[in-house]
Amino acid sequence: MSEQQTEANGAPRDLVISARGLARHYGKSIAVDSIDFGIARGEVFGLLGPNGAGKTTTILMMLGLTEISSGEVSVLGFDPAREPLKVKQRVGYLPDAVGFYDQLTATENLAYTAKLMGLARAERAARIEAALARVGLAEVAEKRVGTFSRGMRQRLGLAEIIMKRAEIAILDEPTSGLDPQATQEFLGLIRELKAEGVTVLLSSHMLDQVQRVCDRVALFRGGRIVLLGTVPELAVRVLGAGFVVEVEAEGPGIARRLAMIPGVTQVETLAADRFRMTAERDVRPDAARAVVAGDGALRRLSVDEPSLETIYARYFQAQPTGDVRHAA
Amino acid sequence: MRREGSPFRGLSTVFVKELSDHVSSIRMLVLELLIVSTALAALYEAISSLRQNTAEDPFLLLRLFTIDQAPLPSFVAILGFLIPLMAIGLGFDAVNSEHNRRTMSRILAQPIYRDALLMGKFLAALATIGISLTALWLLVIGLGLIFLGVPPGGEEIARSAVFLIVAIFYAGVWLSLAMLLSTVFRSAATAALVALGIWLFLTVLWPMLAPALAQAIAPADPRYALLGLNDPATAVWTQELLRLSPNDLFGEAMLAVLSPTTRALGPVFLDQLRGAVMGAPLPFGESIMIAWPQTVGLVAGTIILFAFSYVLFQRQEVRA
Repeated sequence: MSEQQTEANGAPRDLVISARGLARHYGKSIAVDSIDFGIARGEVFGLLGPNGAGKTTTILMMLGLTEISSGEVSVLGFDPAREPLKVKQRVGYLPDAVGFYDQLTATENLAYTAKLMGLARAERAARIEAALARVGLAEVAEKRVGTFSRGMRQRLGLAEIIMKRAEIAILDEPTSGLDPQATQEFLGLIRELKAEGVTVLLSSHMLDQVQRVCDRVALFRGGRIVLLGTVPELAVRVLGAGFVVEVEAEGPGIARRLAMIPGVTQVETLAADRFRMTAERDVRPDAARAVVAGDGALRRLSVDEPSLETIYARYFQAQPTGDVRHAA
Repeated sequence: MRREGSPFRGLSTVFVKELSDHVSSIRMLVLELLIVSTALAALYEAISSLRQNTAEDPFLLLRLFTIDQAPLPSFVAILGFLIPLMAIGLGFDAVNSEHNRRTMSRILAQPIYRDALLMGKFLAALATIGISLTALWLLVIGLGLIFLGVPPGGEEIARSAVFLIVAIFYAGVWLSLAMLLSTVFRSAATAALVALGIWLFLTVLWPMLAPALAQAIAPADPRYALLGLNDPATAVWTQELLRLSPNDLFGEAMLAVLSPTTRALGPVFLDQLRGAVMGAPLPFGESIMIAWPQTVGLVAGTIILFAFSYVLFQRQEVRA
């Protein structure tokens, strides 16, 4: 029973989470300051921002685990403040640095949460086995979690969400502290979840990872969402342009021809035969056409996709963090 | 604003998990060994002194609980001292360990309320203590049968069963206190130290401090002192102050229930005893009446302390 909302692009979207004016105050300090966002079904949504920017508080409010000071949020059509059990039945949560009972085995840990979820005995065993196999922990299912590495614990946490058959998976800093290979594996698992139609909310500092898996991102700062959209959209807003294309070509008046392409905002001449264009869209085909039309010899066309890292760095450079933030 | 669903959903799951954790934990094993070995030593002394005068006493089984043979205190006194230790041992890290292991938010993200988690933990620890005390109680009765050779009467069993129930509530007070401290303090070590400090204060220091305080509040009338008597006002104050300690409540209730000749727990004037057959045992119901206020005090203490930790826990932030 998600509401239908028409986005700016005109396509109706099936929103699973929508927040309006959501805020959380601790006394006088403000952890989350009136934020609005909507997340569509099947989307991978990234929450970015420095520590203490309000990401985890937002997540906890969506789960009904912390009070909402003002505003409202609806998760799968339910109000987490009034109907937390219905929300928590359908949403899987992997907390930041998730912990397990070290003296219990992986299976026993999952069995405990499965019981809390209210799964029937017969279904429990089957689901636990399947979930552990999915995340590659089948061989250590009967080992104590105390012996597990950080990466294995994170995967076990994901197994819990898979076992729950959650419609929404909320992952708080799931890859922090993992080695590159474990991170790759984990991101692969997130993509698998997405392929199954699970909506994924991912909070992270690891910008390149977020960029690799997320459809849209929200940038938090001082309790507010300061930027929201797809990475190219953000690039246009922050960097002024989305694409930087480098052209290596020989021929007369190439710089002038390139500058005439619609959407190009700037052309720099780096060397006699090298030019850097800044554009709002991917102008490589037009650039190629322009060079060839002018009898030029095109040697190389390369595009720098805007990296989230650049956007992030530029944004925080432009607006120094002068405001006081209160870590919750 | 009313929340949907039952606050007790998941209670039995938490209860079973915590109970199995407690029963299989090394901590519990150590506490059990401590209590059983001390209690057995006290019982051994009691039995060896009782074997001298078996025929004379109508409440032989109850004597096993209350007789003290220097240097060892009686079985009940030892339990009065050690039950708090056991309860603190089971409760001091109930809530903060979930935070420290970072399991709290994961568990609370499951479809249960916090009520179920706290209540399940409390009931599981209380059940663990209940099981150990019941085992100990059966041990006493069994040893009494074997070494004294006198089968206990119905009233003796009833009185000792009341002992068991009051002892469980006495453990409940300390358990609630320990869980309250585990909610207040994020560090388990701090919670344990504070709990043990309160325990030592109430069992060792308070019995010394209470009379001094009573003297300060109600100074003894010199006329009583001249007669070599205690001022009743000071005596009453002393007792009221002592009763602030659950140890004293437990001790008094046990005195009333396990020593059937106990007629009153407070100071008594001689004229109030006129017509009383001294040394004659009171009926079971009358003894219960004497122990009733103390028992209610222990139950109330358990509930109040639990309510405090409940409110604190509900308002606590999930994240560390």
